[in-house]
Amino acid sequence: MNELFVTTESGDLLLSDTTKRSRRIRNRLASIWMAGSVLVAVVPLALVIGYVLIKGVGQLTPDWFTKDLPAVTRRAGGGMGPAIVGTLLITAVAAGMAVPLGVLGAIYLHEYGGRGRLGRLIRFMADVMTGVPSIVMGLFVYTVWTIAHGLSAFGGALALACLMLPIIIRTTEEMLRLVPDELRQASYALGNRKWRTILTVVLPAAFGGITSGVMLAIARAAGETAPLVFTIGAARNLNLSIFNGPTTALSVQIFGNAQTPFEAAQARAWGAALTLVAIVFILTILARIVAARVARRHNA
Amino acid sequence: MTEGTLRESASEVVRAPSFIADAPTSVPDNAAVVFDVSGLDVYYGNFRAVRDVNLQIHTHEITAFIGPSGCGKSTVLRCFDRMNDLIEGARIDGKIQFHGVDLYDPRIDPVEVRKRIGMVFQKPNPFPKSIYDNIAFGPRISGTKENLDDVVERALRQAALWDEVKDRLKKSAMGLSGGQQQRLCIARTIAVQPEVILMDEPCSALDPIATARIEDLMQELKSEYTILIVTHNMQQAARVSDRTAFFTTEVNPESDSRTGLLVEYAPTHKIFSAPEDERTENYVTGRFG
Repeated sequence: MNELFVTTESGDLLLSDTTKRSRRIRNRLASIWMAGSVLVAVVPLALVIGYVLIKGVGQLTPDWFTKDLPAVTRRAGGGMGPAIVGTLLITAVAAGMAVPLGVLGAIYLHEYGGRGRLGRLIRFMADVMTGVPSIVMGLFVYTVWTIAHGLSAFGGALALACLMLPIIIRTTEEMLRLVPDELRQASYALGNRKWRTILTVVLPAAFGGITSGVMLAIARAAGETAPLVFTIGAARNLNLSIFNGPTTALSVQIFGNAQTPFEAAQARAWGAALTLVAIVFILTILARIVAARVARRHNA
Repeated sequence: MTEGTLRESASEVVRAPSFIADAPTSVPDNAAVVFDVSGLDVYYGNFRAVRDVNLQIHTHEITAFIGPSGCGKSTVLRCFDRMNDLIEGARIDGKIQFHGVDLYDPRIDPVEVRKRIGMVFQKPNPFPKSIYDNIAFGPRISGTKENLDDVVERALRQAALWDEVKDRLKKSAMGLSGGQQQRLCIARTIAVQPEVILMDEPCSALDPIATARIEDLMQELKSEYTILIVTHNMQQAARVSDRTAFFTTEVNPESDSRTGLLVEYAPTHKIFSAPEDERTENYVTGRFG
């Protein structure tokens, strides 16, 4: 019963019963509130996934992954192959551009020039860019790239990379900030140079967080529709070329098919939605595994 | 100055004792001086944090820096391996010579300085890597040709940690206790084979038993390394050190800021039994600070 005895300034040893009771009630209320918030937050998420799963799972036949899109959308049949490949290709090219740039930019901001005027300007611009609507990015890439070079996967990748870049810069910078300065000091004190300290101490320590940030950006980009509508067109057939000719993507297919009044097309939209969710889910899990491996190798 | 010239001039001075020993009446100790500090002022921006430090650090001795908080003892310590360079706006006036070489000569590469003058910090700061990788970190960077396993074992033995960790070298260093982590940090420093080890309050985050182990370790390391230690603990300085430097602060008349200064530097027994300066006496007898 020791916890009931509290010494106060006046020397009282025991708090009154009413204080204890009101404290306990407030504690209970706060706990209920927090647990309730978690539930409310989880319910829509579970509903979305459940709904997509139920509506879309019927579409996932072998043909779905291999066949081209049907010539007539209102009829059943055909597959989603070109859109699946398109989404993977466009997102991969976008990540290939945005991840190295973003991570290097964040390293510059946090480890080198972040406190100067240029650093502050870059950070400010990255913040502004995070808030730019994706359709504006699509229009931007449309004017600077698509008009001159035509519809292609690369145009879509450019637009997605523009969307990913600020997210990667800001999350990576936050993760670098979390690496304790004592580790950098320890490295310097052993006669390690700055670039090598970043490579051997700072980045390994921040790797898990950086991967999470990158995955967040990739997941966001993979689901974007607006920037792709302007830049990649709407192909029915598989197009493996990055620079030549229109292609298509899952998000664009969801958008197009869901708008039609035809049942077969709407079912296709649900199937595409489920496929997209599954791709993001699998990518995230893969990234977690890779991050854990690297962390174990570097950090034991 | 390149690494080569630093080494050369350093080894010249290191060779000096043999000549001096031949001379019938040699200047006592002078050849054994590792650091010669003269007229050292340290600034952070326009603020003078420490002024007028003059002292000589002798080889294979433990030198303790004591004094109240804010007296600049850590600041001075961090000048010896140029760690203050990492703080924006930090600069020094005066001279710190390492075996006769000016450490702040613009041609000196601070990274080379830190390879020869290691540092152990107040808070144990092992890398979030395995015990093995922590120790191997420095040797790997300098591209040692020795067998890493041998280097790691030797460093851990010297730091009196080998028996405790030899069966879990691949486990994370973060799983060690605070005292073990600090001995790991000492081992990591030793693995680079420095000549001097700077210790910035190495025991202030440790319990008395861990502290005692570090103090024993310092005595063992003394035969191979020159050790400088900053400590808040006067008993510790009295127990472990050969010489003690007492720093204090003075309020600057024009502003509210405080500047540290070196009051007295003498053999430890003299500082604690017969200090010359009244301020030293007040501090070591507990009347102040």
